[in-house]
Amino acid sequence: MERTGELALFTVTFFRRFWRPPYEGRELVNQMDEVGTKSFVLTAVTGFAIGIVLSMQTRGTLVRFGAEAILPSALALSVVKEIGPVLTSLVLAGRLGAGMGAEIGSMRVTEQIDALEVAALKPYHYLVITRVLACMLMFPILTIWTDSLAMLGGYLESVLASGMDYRVFFNNAISALRFHDIIIDTMKTGIFGFIVAIVSCYLGYTVRGGTREVGQATMQAVVISSLLILLADVVLVRLSITFF
Amino acid sequence: MPEPSTPSAPAAAAAPPPPDTIIELRDLHKSFGANHVLKGVSLSIRKGTNAVILGGSGSGKSVLLKHLVQLLRPDRGEVWVCGKRMDLLEGDALDEMRLSIGYLFQSGALFDSMTVFENMDFILGRHTNLTPGERRARIEETLDWVDLRAKAPNYPAELSGGQKKRIGLARAIILEPQILLYDEPTTGLDPISVRLVSELIVRLRDERGITGVAITHDLLCADIITDEAFFLYHGRFIERGTLEDLRRSEHPLLREFFGE
Repeated sequence: MERTGELALFTVTFFRRFWRPPYEGRELVNQMDEVGTKSFVLTAVTGFAIGIVLSMQTRGTLVRFGAEAILPSALALSVVKEIGPVLTSLVLAGRLGAGMGAEIGSMRVTEQIDALEVAALKPYHYLVITRVLACMLMFPILTIWTDSLAMLGGYLESVLASGMDYRVFFNNAISALRFHDIIIDTMKTGIFGFIVAIVSCYLGYTVRGGTREVGQATMQAVVISSLLILLADVVLVRLSITFF
Repeated sequence: MPEPSTPSAPAAAAAPPPPDTIIELRDLHKSFGANHVLKGVSLSIRKGTNAVILGGSGSGKSVLLKHLVQLLRPDRGEVWVCGKRMDLLEGDALDEMRLSIGYLFQSGALFDSMTVFENMDFILGRHTNLTPGERRARIEETLDWVDLRAKAPNYPAELSGGQKKRIGLARAIILEPQILLYDEPTTGLDPISVRLVSELIVRLRDERGITGVAITHDLLCADIITDEAFFLYHGRFIERGTLEDLRRSEHPLLREFFGE
């Protein structure tokens, strides 16, 4: 309970400080590169593989009901509305949660955060706010990327399995989606990005002890971020169904 | 010399220390849960001197030092630095005060994702209006001073323990502070490096007039740098004076500490 309260305070601190100077623009760009550019291959492979697998699995079921023609629509809906955003966020939680927890935790136990503090360099701004904003901005972009690769994977599987024409495939897929499906379900990953970054930064920032504790913080960052993503998804899906 | 354990009267407590006193602690208390680490510590340090706080592990030395830059806030008592109540400062006023204090961390605490040059430029770039050329000149001059200019492009992982301490010292003085705090400045170093770092601390006092506060249990370092020494035991000063005074003390803990 105490840790939950501390996390809540850490989060409140973010909202109180993120709009105040100093604005660490260069570090924000560095973090966007770290979060985004360096995750492109990971999310591309994830998306491509899941697109192929989904297409193969769904085809078998649809063929039994003579409904193979709706495969592109089913694939688009499942990828864009749920699997793409959640899977991308979970994969990123693994990579970034561990990285942020370990990096900031190591900085804490080697007194680098204290060194920033006594040099009046505002470590919360420099380390936390930049990472949280970078994740909030890059998660949706990476989700669009993953969704696109998943659709490409699904299309290639369809070509190999049934020789489906690309115009038929993509026309069906796109016509199944409403604009706000794409926007709402992609943008919710900005919230997942916030969760991953704030939890991981908190666990790293408040670590006490040595390398063992840093290891524990790293592991907890991944586990707690992943669980919170799944819980937040339940809430956000319910809200989107209610309001949209 | 036991510390007074009762706080001073509020009116007297609010008065700033005399102008030649750059640091003053008054009846400082700090606890972590049930662990009462500082139990009414008071001290005064004059401008341009090196004060050394001696004591065994767990005596509260690091906790005391962290109060001087508000890395920790006291539960009770006053922290006066340069005539201001450090423990009451916040925001920009606190940052401004911190810029007049350098801190050499036990591990050096160099930012390991940056080169030596970037470690120093990071601080200069944010706190001065110097041009890149002027910043480079200041950094090279400071690295020359610790005789490690050649290490400017290296990362901290490529430095030895002694080099990290010296670079840490160079980074701590890059903004030309009035006060330098040394957290175990020579721990883990070989005797040659201990002398090297200790002599740099003496030169900072003599050439730049920087007031030093060091916590250490390294007697070789203390021998070289000390003007006034304090011995901390279980959160209280049990002796103070010159290092010789402490050596001559009849207190059994000090006799044990000095190996007699």
